Amino acid sequence: MTTIITADNVSIRFGGLLALSEISFEMEEGSITAIIGPNGAGKTTLFNCITGFYRPTSGRIVYHHEARNIELNQLPTYRIARLGVSRTYQNIRLFSDMTALENLLVAQHTKVNHHLLSGIFKTPAFRRSENEAQEQAWYWLNFMGLGEVANQEAGNLPYGLQRRLEVARAMATQPRLVCLDEPAAGLNQQETEGLNEMILRLKKEHRMSILLIEHHMGVVMNISDQVVVLDHGEVISRGTPTEVQKDPAVIKAYLGEEDDEVVMEQTGTQ
Amino acid sequence: MSVQITNALKESVIVAFVAAVLLVPIVGFVLDDRSLQYELETVAIMVAVVFFGRFAITLGLQARLGDRLGNQAALSLGRGWEALTTSGQRHILIIAPLFIAVLVVIPFMPWASNYLIQIMSLTLIYVMLAMGLNIVVGLAGLLDLGYVAFYAVGAYGYALLAQYLGLTFWWAIPITAGLAALAGCVLGFPVLRMHGDYLAIVTLGFGEIIRILLVNMIDITGGPNGISVPRPSLFGLEFGRSAKQGGVPFHEYFGVNYDSSYRYIYIYLVALAFAVIAILIFKRLREMPIGRAWEALREDEIACKALGINHTTTKLSAFTLGASFGGVGGVLYGAMEGFINPSSFVFLESAIILSIVVLGGMGSILGVIIAAVAITLLPELFREFQQFRMLFFGMAMVFIMIWRPGGLLKVRRRTFAEGVPDASQAPAAVD
Repeated sequence: MTTIITADNVSIRFGGLLALSEISFEMEEGSITAIIGPNGAGKTTLFNCITGFYRPTSGRIVYHHEARNIELNQLPTYRIARLGVSRTYQNIRLFSDMTALENLLVAQHTKVNHHLLSGIFKTPAFRRSENEAQEQAWYWLNFMGLGEVANQEAGNLPYGLQRRLEVARAMATQPRLVCLDEPAAGLNQQETEGLNEMILRLKKEHRMSILLIEHHMGVVMNISDQVVVLDHGEVISRGTPTEVQKDPAVIKAYLGEEDDEVVMEQTGTQ
Repeated sequence: MSVQITNALKESVIVAFVAAVLLVPIVGFVLDDRSLQYELETVAIMVAVVFFGRFAITLGLQARLGDRLGNQAALSLGRGWEALTTSGQRHILIIAPLFIAVLVVIPFMPWASNYLIQIMSLTLIYVMLAMGLNIVVGLAGLLDLGYVAFYAVGAYGYALLAQYLGLTFWWAIPITAGLAALAGCVLGFPVLRMHGDYLAIVTLGFGEIIRILLVNMIDITGGPNGISVPRPSLFGLEFGRSAKQGGVPFHEYFGVNYDSSYRYIYIYLVALAFAVIAILIFKRLREMPIGRAWEALREDEIACKALGINHTTTKLSAFTLGASFGGVGGVLYGAMEGFINPSSFVFLESAIILSIVVLGGMGSILGVIIAAVAITLLPELFREFQQFRMLFFGMAMVFIMIWRPGGLLKVRRRTFAEGVPDASQAPAAVD
């Protein structure tokens, strides 16, 4: 097993607020790491640091790619994306006036032939590249169960499908590491289960490394290999789901101090 | 639905008030030689007509029969329009060439006057400009209120290149396209981080800067006096009655009688060719990765960055390409008019081009063509109403925005079929 990403003492300060304080963790390639924590713990901030939207005040985020160690905290967002780090958003950010399939074509922008003249004259090379992009798009739409709605405008899709389309779009960039920011937010029980299954398939069939922010404890405990617990911008616990579940620091952060047994019950099955 | 008289009354009073506000200055005061006459009775009559008319219409619509009739009319109108445009799109491969053929033949008809040919050339130039702005506003969603600047760069670029370097029309086209693109790039850099209103203000300023430069650089541009623009030639054949030293005029070379209309026909055909090319390029761009990236950037810039799209170069390319269309349009305009001055490149011009794009439907092709034709032809057809032109213009805008907020033709998304990549071309068409 190789490590795909290492966070090394990452801190970020917004004015007087220390949003992340010396976050360190590493993640194996082809595994699922869940980041959990109460609201405002800094989970999305951490994602924004990894994907280049924020620049950490100190510390390094190292991405291990093709035998190189790349410091992501030095690069602009679009460069990070081109290295194979892709993400979804807590509040959906689809291209809502474009169809589901077009959303996935945009995601392949860096992969397709975008030479201006070959596009205008529709050269064979250009057609080939477009056809490949379309095939790839169909593959991921079908994978996420969106084949039926491929030609519908993304903004008109039901909420659950929009969530899945976000994952499909992130996958269409052909990433190595995909960061899912609360993919199950607002989904019902059944939809959540469907999504879990897909995330697990991504890991098994595509050996995808998945970084996941999630509130549904059931999801976290069932599918993740590693759990990182954040609270007030600090890592308070890290380990396998079972280890984390038993950690008193975690229980304290989530529900205060008393009544340990009830707490275990709730974090386990919610 | 029950009949509500108070509502109807209230509405009629408001409408009558608006009518009064508009009609008092327009109809009420008549400047007759040196004396000002008041025609307030006419205003009163017109306001009364508006009041009772509105009252009757509101009541009529409230009554069941009227309601049903109104709905029916709106529905069938909508359906007819829908059907017309759908069938038009299906047969676009037949209709478009036919239409172009008709356009090619028109200037050679005996009833085609120079005036008509010039108006049609102007319309074609506007179509081309609108396609350029459609890239910036329609696809990339960058509200540009100073598009006329690139038009001016094109026209003045040609005039100055010809005057100082002796470049001919056909050389000037690619060079000014490049110059305009450069201007687009120069404008693009500072506004990369701006959106919406702020972008609109800066681009508005840019348009004015160019115009004021043209007015004040008297030594080079001739200032407000303008500058004359050489007429284009056909492989060195000139269209004047007599050619410059050493040249052969067109009519002598072909052994026909001199006719001033040849010159206009020539410009018209060139404008037609460029308009068609602009439309084709725009259509291709929309289906290309860069066009998709522009649209994606319009929808969500943050998501674009996280998909690996370099938003800086993508935005700049929209400005640059859009501007180059404007530059070529400017050259054609200058060549057609034979003389240009800065008053041809005022803000109103930008507003007209922008309204063509907005009325036609942002990102659409056919809609924008129709809007360009309407906005350039209608003022010519109703020259008697010249002083009310802006009034009608505004009314048309308001009505379109109420009835078709997406513009005349909303862009229909391209549909794809799985496993048959090229089948997607058929319905893509021109919308």
